[in-house]
Amino acid sequence: MGKHVLLIEDEPNIIEAVSFILSRDGWVVDTHSNGQTAHGVVLEKQPDLVILDVMLPGVSGYDILRAIRGEPQVAQTPVLMLTARGQNKDREMAEQIGANMFMTKPFSNADVLEAVRKLVPA
Amino acid sequence: MSRTSLTGSRIRERRQLKQMRQAELAKAVGISASYLNLIEHNRRRIGGKLLLDIAGALDVEPTLLAEGAEEALIERLRQAAQANAGTGAELVQVEEFAGRFPGWARLIVEQGRREADLLRSLDVLNDRLANDPQLAATLHEILSTVTAIRSTASILVENREIEPEWRFRFHRNINEDAQRLAEGAEALVRYLDTVSESTPEEYGPREQCEAFLARARYHFPELETGHAHAELTEVAGRLISAKVDRIVGKAKELQSAEARALTIRFLEQYRRDAAMLSLKGLRAAVAETGADPIRVSQLFAVDVATVMRRLATLPELGLGLVICDAAGVPILRKPVDSMSGLPPMWPIYKVLNRPMVPIHERQVQTGQKSRETGEGGAMALGIYAVSMPAADRTELGHDMMLEAQMLLVPEKTE
Repeated sequence: MGKHVLLIEDEPNIIEAVSFILSRDGWVVDTHSNGQTAHGVVLEKQPDLVILDVMLPGVSGYDILRAIRGEPQVAQTPVLMLTARGQNKDREMAEQIGANMFMTKPFSNADVLEAVRKLVPA
Repeated sequence: MSRTSLTGSRIRERRQLKQMRQAELAKAVGISASYLNLIEHNRRRIGGKLLLDIAGALDVEPTLLAEGAEEALIERLRQAAQANAGTGAELVQVEEFAGRFPGWARLIVEQGRREADLLRSLDVLNDRLANDPQLAATLHEILSTVTAIRSTASILVENREIEPEWRFRFHRNINEDAQRLAEGAEALVRYLDTVSESTPEEYGPREQCEAFLARARYHFPELETGHAHAELTEVAGRLISAKVDRIVGKAKELQSAEARALTIRFLEQYRRDAAMLSLKGLRAAVAETGADPIRVSQLFAVDVATVMRRLATLPELGLGLVICDAAGVPILRKPVDSMSGLPPMWPIYKVLNRPMVPIHERQVQTGQKSRETGEGGAMALGIYAVSMPAADRTELGHDMMLEAQMLLVPEKTE
């Protein structure tokens, strides 16, 4: 069985496309679009990798990341953050809170594959 | 070096501007050329009759030679130098520079003011781009949709053997996202159109004040007392101050304390002017003499500056008015209703050099676009200008603070 990735993103067609390419690459993909309950889902599923959008309805991806890093069971889980903002301060904030990697939209499928393979080596 | 000790430098500068030889000036005032040379190099102080004679020979006010540029101009130059400390401007020589090159000094001050205004506008725009939640949400929506389209299109291109069910789903997704992208782009354009209409929050204090005054057409009937100054009781004066506070309190353009303070100052001056020259009397005078502040001033024995300000507040005339401080920096800019932009400022500088002496000249502005017809061409302006002590800034025992005004009266071109 392949490595497990949890994709937290509210854009349905991004979910479908990213899930497709990761599945074809051998990953087991779970998705979740509700930012309010995302923290609980991470604790429950304890994936090998979290892909996390910064802008979710009603809650910031940064807050979800802080919550993840505050939980001992999942504090070390690699996190790839996705954002529409590519300013240095956003990158610095993500790194300061504990994101392992930061990717700006729009990204290519190849970039996503390269990032997840790097964060969770086979 | 004190300002008065630079009299010699100013004499020399003025003489050279008039292309007069040293020997020529010396002879005109009855001194030797060598003595004049010592004076011009600030090695001999002069005053009294000799100063008057030299000023007369050079066709300049004696005070301009003796005291040089206004203190306000010197102070603004110091501020400009301090704001750009890395340039190494010679602060110890600021008075000499202002005295010898008043035009260049005013240019530096005006450029410093424009730079400060532009930096303020830039800060507001940057802050808006960085922190506006509506803009952030719109951009996020657009970029997320573009991401979905890019990712989905790549899948279709790179996976020729994809199952028909998936192919259909991805084609449908691209179609949906293309529609959402179009809507998002329209929303962004609408937002940017709103921004480009320049809401008052993006203006500096003076621009906010001018935006408010322009909306009111610089005319405030509620402050017109209908009484001459001597008749205005203390109670009436307090009521009108309360009206000023109410007017400013309701002005949506005034977003900062500084903008409100500027507006209060203008309205308080409006109140004082209205008490000196009633609207009814002013309109009757204009019907008789035209919009000629010098003639109206003579009719009512009211100073020219007050008449100029009153004329500018008559909405039916649509006149322009520029008020500047002693350094030539604009405090208020009201363009002529039928014109875009403002004319050159040299009449202002002229009257600052000759306080209390009004001037009247005619300028033809080429390349002007009529606000009424939109057509371009030449427009003639009658320009009246005068400088006088600013009533609310002059105190006993202190140097008078001058303000210069320029009234712009459109004339028919031949």
